[in-house]
Amino acid sequence: MSVAEAMTPRAIDVETIGMTKTFGGLTALDDVSLRVRPGSFHALLGENGAGKSTLVKCMMGFYQPTRGQVLVNEMEVSIPTPRAAHALGIGMVYQHFTLVPSLTAAENLVIARAECPKVIDWGRERKELNAFLETTPFKVPLDMPVSSLSAGEKQKLEILKQLYLDQRLLILDEPTSVLTPDEADEVLGLLRGMTEARDLSILMITHKFREVTAYADDVTVLRRGRVVGGGRVADLSVGDMSRMMIGETEIRESASRTEQKGRTLKLELAGLFADDDEELPAIEAISLKVHAGEILGIAGVSGNGQSELIEVLSGQRPLQDGRIFIDAKPYDPERQMMDRFKVFGFSEEPLHNVAVPRMSVAENMAFRSFDKAPISPVWGWLSPLPMRNRARELIAAYRVKTPSTDEPIENLSGGNVQRAILARELSGDVDVLIVANPCFGLDFASVAEIRAQIMDQRNQGAAVLLVSEDLDEILDLADTVAVMSEGRVSYQSPMENTDRATIGHAMAGHH
Amino acid sequence: MTGDAGLTTVLLAMFAGAIRVSTPFLFVSLGEMLTEKSGRINLGLEGTLVFGAMSGYAVSYHTGSPWFGVLVAGVCGSVFGALHGFLCKLPKVNDIAIGIALMLFGTGLAFFFGKAYIQPSAPRLPSLSFGAWSDHPGVRQALEINPLFLLGIALAVFLWWSLKNTRYGLIIRTTGDSAPAALALGIDVNQVRLLSTMAGGFFAGIGGSFLSLYYPGSWTEGLSSGQGLMAVALVIFARWNPIYCFWAALLFGAAGALGPALQSIGISRGYHFFNAAPYILTLFIMIVSTSRRRSLKGAPGELSITK
Repeated sequence: MSVAEAMTPRAIDVETIGMTKTFGGLTALDDVSLRVRPGSFHALLGENGAGKSTLVKCMMGFYQPTRGQVLVNEMEVSIPTPRAAHALGIGMVYQHFTLVPSLTAAENLVIARAECPKVIDWGRERKELNAFLETTPFKVPLDMPVSSLSAGEKQKLEILKQLYLDQRLLILDEPTSVLTPDEADEVLGLLRGMTEARDLSILMITHKFREVTAYADDVTVLRRGRVVGGGRVADLSVGDMSRMMIGETEIRESASRTEQKGRTLKLELAGLFADDDEELPAIEAISLKVHAGEILGIAGVSGNGQSELIEVLSGQRPLQDGRIFIDAKPYDPERQMMDRFKVFGFSEEPLHNVAVPRMSVAENMAFRSFDKAPISPVWGWLSPLPMRNRARELIAAYRVKTPSTDEPIENLSGGNVQRAILARELSGDVDVLIVANPCFGLDFASVAEIRAQIMDQRNQGAAVLLVSEDLDEILDLADTVAVMSEGRVSYQSPMENTDRATIGHAMAGHH
Repeated sequence: MTGDAGLTTVLLAMFAGAIRVSTPFLFVSLGEMLTEKSGRINLGLEGTLVFGAMSGYAVSYHTGSPWFGVLVAGVCGSVFGALHGFLCKLPKVNDIAIGIALMLFGTGLAFFFGKAYIQPSAPRLPSLSFGAWSDHPGVRQALEINPLFLLGIALAVFLWWSLKNTRYGLIIRTTGDSAPAALALGIDVNQVRLLSTMAGGFFAGIGGSFLSLYYPGSWTEGLSSGQGLMAVALVIFARWNPIYCFWAALLFGAAGALGPALQSIGISRGYHFFNAAPYILTLFIMIVSTSRRRSLKGAPGELSITK
């Protein structure tokens, strides 16, 4: 590709008309029409399950629409396969990276080409790649294996790959979910620049209003597979967009924060060190204090040691050094100690992390109590009737939608699994609560419900340690914020003395 | 004096033995390496090796051409590879379980067809003499090298080069490291794995024919004694690098030659113990190269043992 060719404004115009997709009896997409004008930045908003990914998969040729057409530059086209989409200049950047970890950036770019040569002349390829990089605002080291790049560099490389393939409509699927706020702003800003130069049209799936208002020209909002609104971003307020997105669903009001009297120290982490799976240090010298009736929010981009910290606290990873104290007494995350100190917790993707998918709802709900009376009246024996009764009470109290107590928990929807786990963890007295990304991948109603439950526990005097990759969640819930970067606590402050920008910079660490 | 002469003899015998014994290790490990690079483990190569030994010997006996035997052994190996590749692409099929089944199937089939070839003597592969410059008979004998060994070295270098510098090399590495990425590139993952497993089976079949047609040089049922399985350990030890596969094969070959070498200078005490050296080495390598927590460095990301 010559430099001059890449510079010509060649953004394409893409339109869908009456796109409908049914899976069996379920209508995932119902008569969706939207237009991405050439050189525009178009946002596609919607909750999980609203049909956003079904729509883009139809546009990319992964699915065939039941009805409806795609127009490229006002010509009707058929897109039977992703390859056909690529040939039309439509490329997609996925939420999860599609780079090959052990290949270098240069190898990843060359292999992505349709006419990759049989024998690769690296000298020539390198020259051409460097010439190509000159034409784009993105800079990525070419000779490092992708596995050693940072998340921001990987995301840039994903975008570069699409540009290298000369794709002129980029579909971005939540492109900033793994980036720090600063990295996200950099990437979206550069993309915005390319659309303004009419080099590129962009369709971005997102649920972050901030990114829509800051970068998008147009927006389309989907709910339950239908277009429920849209238009110029400049004409819409965040309130308008969120009303379109959520519809009539009743959202539980966030429990208000009650004033706590006195500050008794509850949970103390003193100089924790632990290694990751590669036996390299994952967390170093983590020292934190959580008081009764306080939510300590730990912000940070994923992969900076948060999951290792949670694993240490829940007994899934050995400590190399340091101690954990509860009420000034040494605490080891073992079953008996958890019971004695009333330590509970839950995390993202509960089905994988804190439930046994094929065991029944009742059994999963009894994990904390199955070895105690009344479920286990005599040593070692289980009695199913009290277990079911208890499960029935919890199902009613926490509004878990399940056909019966004996249903395997894997058959429940994500929100209901999380509510079942919440019921198990929060129904008794809670002194210490350890929570990691509790709302990851859930719908608005469940998110509000779960956040309210966490706030309730805080108001009742529990010490809450909340790890979240969602900065808004931290800003919403935490009394004190700490930031983890490269395995260390790089910043800590009471919430009233800090703001989003300061926390965002701390998340980026020492880059 | 006798001690010195003895040591020289042992070292020469081990050198010669390393080259002889390492050849099947080299071919099987290169085959296994290629298969694993594409994201599957083929434990069936032990069966492929034994069947290759039998079929190569039988064809050499009937046609009188040992090289034709080598070719047929390779083709039989790729048929086994194709069977593995085909079965593994069926849904919910585990490559390790299929591999074990094929290992038993291959050895069983080889024993069944091979009964008739235990007695007769087939023409062997010739060797090249590189020792004419020396008048030491030990050196001369040690430098009788089989062309397959040289072919193995060339193959290792070729694989190493092509995994980096060819489209097919990059495609195989992509498929082995991340199937979703490969799918996104429009690569037919099952096809790549099928072909890689077939090529791997071809190499393993050649390795088998070396056993029956050169060293030890006859068809018996106890011919392989687990070399196909040890090659799996060897690939891990070699960190999926073809060049390291060569050095690791030499090391295993030298360990295998230890017992016979000591016997040749009259040390027969602990003969069976020294013969067990490759197995002990395998166990030792598995212990030192694995860790309770660390996943294997350099392993293709799609392998079921590393996932």
